[in-house]
Amino acid sequence: MTGGSVDPAPLRADLVIEYPFTRTTGPVVGAFMTGLRDGRIVGSRRADGRVFVPPAEVDPETGDAITDIVEVASTGVVETWTWVDPPRPGSPWAQPHGLALIRLDGADTPMLHGVLVDSAADMATGLRVEAVWRDERVGHITDLVGFAPETADGAAGEAAAAEEPVSGEPVRSIRTPIRLEYDFIPSAAAQEYLHAYAEKRILGNRSPIDGAVFVPPRGVDPRHGVEATEMVDLAHTGHVGNFCVTHLPIPGRSDLPTPYVSAWIHLDGADIGFLGLVSGCDLDEVRIGMRVRAVWKPDDELGATAENVRYWEPTGEPDVPVDRAGNRAWQGEDGDHA
Amino acid sequence: MTVGTLGERTAVLGVGQTKYQSTRGDVSIAGLVREAAIRALEDAACTWADIDAVVIGKAPDFFEGLMMPELFLADALGCVGKPILRVHTAGSVGGSTALVAASLIQGRIHRRVLTIGFEKQSESNATWALSLPQPFSVSINAGAGGYFSPIIRRYMARSGAPELIGCMVAFKDRQHALRNPYAHLHQPDLTFDQVVEAPMLWDPIRFSETCPSSDGACAMVLGDEAAGDAADGPVAWVHGTAMRSEANNFPGRDEVSPQASRDAAAEVFAKAGITDPRSEIDVVEMYVPFSWYEPMWLESLGFAERDHGWRMVEDGSTNLDGGDLPVNCSGGVLSSNPIGASGMIRFAEAALQVRGMAGDHQVDGARRAFGHAYGGGAQYFAMWVVGADKP
Repeated sequence: MTGGSVDPAPLRADLVIEYPFTRTTGPVVGAFMTGLRDGRIVGSRRADGRVFVPPAEVDPETGDAITDIVEVASTGVVETWTWVDPPRPGSPWAQPHGLALIRLDGADTPMLHGVLVDSAADMATGLRVEAVWRDERVGHITDLVGFAPETADGAAGEAAAAEEPVSGEPVRSIRTPIRLEYDFIPSAAAQEYLHAYAEKRILGNRSPIDGAVFVPPRGVDPRHGVEATEMVDLAHTGHVGNFCVTHLPIPGRSDLPTPYVSAWIHLDGADIGFLGLVSGCDLDEVRIGMRVRAVWKPDDELGATAENVRYWEPTGEPDVPVDRAGNRAWQGEDGDHA
Repeated sequence: MTVGTLGERTAVLGVGQTKYQSTRGDVSIAGLVREAAIRALEDAACTWADIDAVVIGKAPDFFEGLMMPELFLADALGCVGKPILRVHTAGSVGGSTALVAASLIQGRIHRRVLTIGFEKQSESNATWALSLPQPFSVSINAGAGGYFSPIIRRYMARSGAPELIGCMVAFKDRQHALRNPYAHLHQPDLTFDQVVEAPMLWDPIRFSETCPSSDGACAMVLGDEAAGDAADGPVAWVHGTAMRSEANNFPGRDEVSPQASRDAAAEVFAKAGITDPRSEIDVVEMYVPFSWYEPMWLESLGFAERDHGWRMVEDGSTNLDGGDLPVNCSGGVLSSNPIGASGMIRFAEAALQVRGMAGDHQVDGARRAFGHAYGGGAQYFAMWVVGADKP
């Protein structure tokens, strides 16, 4: 996008976002999860007698709630299937397996689950299967290891499960961890900015329309929808446009002692601010308009990252007046509305 | 600026809310949205079959790890075989969702539309979702409070407002909440001193000046003129609508009173034929997740002169008891914050006021009400004016 140059070794980083979300089940899905924990499979029966497995909370045709919970068999028939080889990371199954829509005996809808056979040659539409239960069950779909071809005594698995005492409170919630893995590659303009950081330089990006300087550079002037290719070296001094004194630790930054000051740093020569830590003075001394300078990491610790600046410390120079501090200092065509 | 037309006259036929609370451990998300939707249908004397389309909004996906509510919840909202749309504008989503729904009627695409916003914050952690680190960057922003605190500080510096104005807003809204059975925070014994003495989280924002984390849903049934005329009970007529957005960081940006906010206010009042909002609006439901945003928005929206909004707080003008412009009679976002629903609650509460159905927090004789939501880094704005009379 900018200049057309391609860095032979672009910066990239692994970015993982994960969180163990909770799902409150409500009574209907909760009955299904409770059933699994107790070694039974239940569905919901709507007014015309048809049974949804897993149970549906709502009749999709009428919008009416379905509250009638009924038990179905742990045996059924494969309606359609595919073969999974190899299983993907995070799969409940370590080995290649079938993945099938299985209509249990007594159900009118099929449910998706794994079929535990050695090869695709062992799979077939119409295959009779039976549930394979985990010994330790918690009220989750993985309480079912999967389904296996039905044995001569098709009810064996069911009977074994049903013999166990049914106990405990109904299942009301389940954990549904989500993990997203990104190959994070900064934009071309950001690559240039980050490489410059390794040389203790801070780059901005000048708008071809009105000369406003953006930092970090974006490669565009988003106000006017045009490319911005001109890079400029910025001073390592500026002022505090605005700030927050945070008293709470933030997720992922247990290394950061509280309270700390996060400030919008407006570098000399730049027309917007970016966030940075302010330190080297008492918290009470930080104020809008205070002049600051970068405190860099030692040269042998520098990398291609904005984290090269450890924090911003007061210079002791006279303050920038409050009404001239921050983004409001800009006097361009979108200028001061005061 | 282009001021659009209103098109087909549009009415709020029904409103449904759940009791807002920290955890609704008894229902699934589907069960939660149905609870609000069914109450809205009952209020509108409608059934699922009367609804032509559903417009749904929720907070950003990471907030509860739910990415496609329009697929996941179509069954629960009686929407199989009908159009369903999802709207996404961060915290303002409840307001913009209502406005997209209204536009389907204003444009004469549909006659009755169900619109709903929801959140189950108990299933996640919004501050986590708002503090995701990015490689190569300095990760120091502490969620929404960390973002808005500097903007509030700027307002305090430029307006010269007394330091405790924010506490006055927080105390007032918690008092209002006592009169709203759906509000999350009911703190009858709370004193003003307790509000003041609460710990600072994101200085200058105290814990007591922030919104709670809530589970809940809010729904409305909107209808065309014929549907509004046919209603047995009172309806709220839409007199004006407006949405605007802007980037969150650019040279010259007025973060305290964004251009997008002022432009949206100008449009919504122009459409409603309002030239003096302070005297022509009877009651306001605005998006105030941090207490200081009440005086800030009063100024930005034109209810007060620049740097004078805090005086309306100080002299009690925004109080339900005795104020000439009561603000957030429901208790506001400061008392209930299911994020994906919070904007719609403002719009719905405005409608309840002009229908005379706001119960113990009703403003006597309210004829015109203003509903407001904002989101992102104060980047997205959604507003409407509703009235008891047909526009």
